[in-house]
Amino acid sequence: MTVENQRAGVVVEDMDQDRFPAGMRVLAVDDNPTCLKLLDTLLRKCQYQVTTTNQAVMALKMLRENRNKFDLVISDVNMPDMDGFKLLELLGLEMDLPVIMLSGHSDTELVMKGVTHGACDYLLKPVRIEELKNIWQHVIRRKKFDSKVQNNSLNEDKACHGAGDSRLGVISTLSADQDGKLCRKRKEQNEDEEEDDEENEHENEDASNQKKPRVVWSVELHRKFVAAVNQLGFEKAVPKKILDLMNVEGLTRENVASHLQKYRLYLKRINSVAAQQASMVAALGGADSSYMRMGSLDGFGEFHSLAGSGRLSSSALSSYTPGEMLGRLNSHASLVLRGITSSGLVQASGQNLSSSINTLGQIQPTPLPSNQSASLFQGVLTSLELTQLQQSKCTSSTGDFNPIKDSRGFTAVSNGFSDTRVTVGSSTSLLPGASSHPLVLQGNPQLPDDRGAFVNQYSLGVASLTPDTFDIGGGGCSNFLDHSNNESWQSAIQLSRFSSNAVPLSEPFNHNQFPYNNFVISSIGPCTTNGPIDFSSRSAISAPLEDSRGDAHCQEGLMGNVVQDMNYTLKQRWEEHKQDCNQNLNHTVNTKNSVVSANGIISPLGRSLDQNNAICCKSFDVSLISQLHGGALSIGPHGEVEKTALDSKMMINENFLLEQTKSQDGFIQNNYDSLDDIVNTVTKQEHNQTMLSDVGNSDLMLTLLGLVYETSDS
Amino acid sequence: MLGLGADRLRADMNRLLALLFHQGVLDEQFLQLQQLQDETSPNFVCEVVNIYFHESEKLLRNLRGLLMERDFSDYKKMGIHLNQFMGSSSSIGAKRVRNVCVAFRAASEQNNRAGCLRALELLENEYCYLKNKLHELFQIEQQRVLAAGARYPMQN
Repeated sequence: MTVENQRAGVVVEDMDQDRFPAGMRVLAVDDNPTCLKLLDTLLRKCQYQVTTTNQAVMALKMLRENRNKFDLVISDVNMPDMDGFKLLELLGLEMDLPVIMLSGHSDTELVMKGVTHGACDYLLKPVRIEELKNIWQHVIRRKKFDSKVQNNSLNEDKACHGAGDSRLGVISTLSADQDGKLCRKRKEQNEDEEEDDEENEHENEDASNQKKPRVVWSVELHRKFVAAVNQLGFEKAVPKKILDLMNVEGLTRENVASHLQKYRLYLKRINSVAAQQASMVAALGGADSSYMRMGSLDGFGEFHSLAGSGRLSSSALSSYTPGEMLGRLNSHASLVLRGITSSGLVQASGQNLSSSINTLGQIQPTPLPSNQSASLFQGVLTSLELTQLQQSKCTSSTGDFNPIKDSRGFTAVSNGFSDTRVTVGSSTSLLPGASSHPLVLQGNPQLPDDRGAFVNQYSLGVASLTPDTFDIGGGGCSNFLDHSNNESWQSAIQLSRFSSNAVPLSEPFNHNQFPYNNFVISSIGPCTTNGPIDFSSRSAISAPLEDSRGDAHCQEGLMGNVVQDMNYTLKQRWEEHKQDCNQNLNHTVNTKNSVVSANGIISPLGRSLDQNNAICCKSFDVSLISQLHGGALSIGPHGEVEKTALDSKMMINENFLLEQTKSQDGFIQNNYDSLDDIVNTVTKQEHNQTMLSDVGNSDLMLTLLGLVYETSDS
Repeated sequence: MLGLGADRLRADMNRLLALLFHQGVLDEQFLQLQQLQDETSPNFVCEVVNIYFHESEKLLRNLRGLLMERDFSDYKKMGIHLNQFMGSSSSIGAKRVRNVCVAFRAASEQNNRAGCLRALELLENEYCYLKNKLHELFQIEQQRVLAAGARYPMQN
């Protein structure tokens, strides 16, 4: 206990360490007086020190006054003055306290929401004393990981970009996660790195032995912070420099580092959320403005809330994302597969994907029309299988890829990255077609010279809307790999509006230069036509990327362009809405690990972090290439993987998942301004047309956001 | 004599409790409440149950008020009240009341006003029955405590 406290560097003076968990200070919040009284007595019985209040506002006030007065907060979910989840986020973000949710029902969605908002645990009423006897574990766990985070962030800074150990970044991001399960998983991953860390930790211990008062990031402070970050440029924003620029007394580099982490998560989250929402809204025809509101939070508050949840989501397993999305899309049976990049994710790309997909499958909302979801999943599963297959033939290259003919539509592509992170692209960057705000892949990502690591991203989600429910695929392109060399690719990539059925599919092409991952390009082509779009013959283009250098990664299975799977039966339902097509981001993702996109939609984004951090992606490139012809997706010449050195710059769209790979990994930091612009534009589109018009097919096209799995390379 | 009375009262109380358990009016949660009662909180059960009564009556009034409105349409608000009611009932161990709440909530989710009305009546009935029985229980308990308190000198 003492050692932990030291390492944590947390003020624990008030806690009676000898008798711990007895004496742990708990704040209980519940508007129901019966339950509150019961909780109070139960907690006292467990020998905790209890403070109760029946108002969330009061609780916040108490905590803000002195965060160190409490070790743990238990809060009810349904409260009249403030939503329990909101309180949860605020507490997690501002105070980094473990929070346990309490509720009368155990709706999966609610629980998921709790988890994604950062709750340590979720208890059902009536609460039993046995459950309360164990809640102290959350406090310990939190402390432990906090210390790790601190250590890691210190490490990261030392390592700088491309420290060559992107895992550190991953670890730190992971450790920030409040979720116990994730923590455990990460812990396993961390074990490898522990040796590396230990040394640092020892150093850090000395530094962090002193008690540091917690810094409260006021609006003013945060504003300075953001200004400093923008001034430095996102990719160059290191805590030390930010600290210098901010020029605030009493602020330490560690404070800035951890805040920076949260900020990145937040940005990622809003971008993905905004994009998803945009796509959703577009898909839904702007039916639900509340969704857009989600994306339109602004300012500090949003940051807080998003960061809070972002923290979790970033590191959350992909399985969480769907839940989160589900929570958001409650009213719509949309299923969004969102890949989340997180270092914690996945080790086995395929496995995780399937499991996450399975999870999704389970939570598939019933109203989903027809078997869209089924097809979606199957598509995904197929792709997973494919991926795994592919993995075995990593060396075979592109030409060998067999298109997956899956008539159902949709594939999830999971990319395994040989590298550490797995990013799952989420957030759709469906651009509303009408406004013609095509996101064009910009620039050529320049591959870092040696590595060629690049970031990949995300997947698109294209949601096909059905009259009743919209499925929204969040397509987020987090990173795109833009290969300048590949002309065809480039040309293929364009966001275009689809006026009438033609949805150009871009075929992903692979450049093998990626040392890390091959990205699969997923293209989503929204179809504007009302008619069903059948991709009858699709040639899935999957060009396995051969990584010329990354042989090691090869094994992962390069998956070529998945997108092209013509079987793209993703049928998007286009009809009721306007014909503007959503532009789906096409990302060609070369995944090392084999991304399989079964039907046309490729989502997984592989992201490999360039350890050198060479990549900066400035803009949010979205390339949507999809061509839906009457049925065949033509896969261009890209069918083959070109093994040409890619010299593309990796664009990583911060929005998409890549959370962890932020600078620590040398990840590309997007130029937020441009990103924001894009997001804004996208969101503006919301009420216009829906991106997806129902093609009249019952099939639902959901796009998966790239699922990036971290390869268990590490 | 009095000692015997205390024992008899205790037996009465146990019998009543057993009956309530058997009828499904109460469940194990109520036992947990009793276990929480000790020297530090000697009247815990009574206090909690009184809070529960107070709150429940308020909720019931609200629910009835809502349903009696001519243009009632705020099922959501009703749902909120119901959730509260459910939460507190389950915390007390009032199983039957809670079950009626569940049914009530289902009707409310379907916007079934007639169903809600029926459920409300049922709820009120169950609640009244529970309240009476619990009052009875407390009375016996009080008497028992009094009876047990009075001891013959030799019993000390």
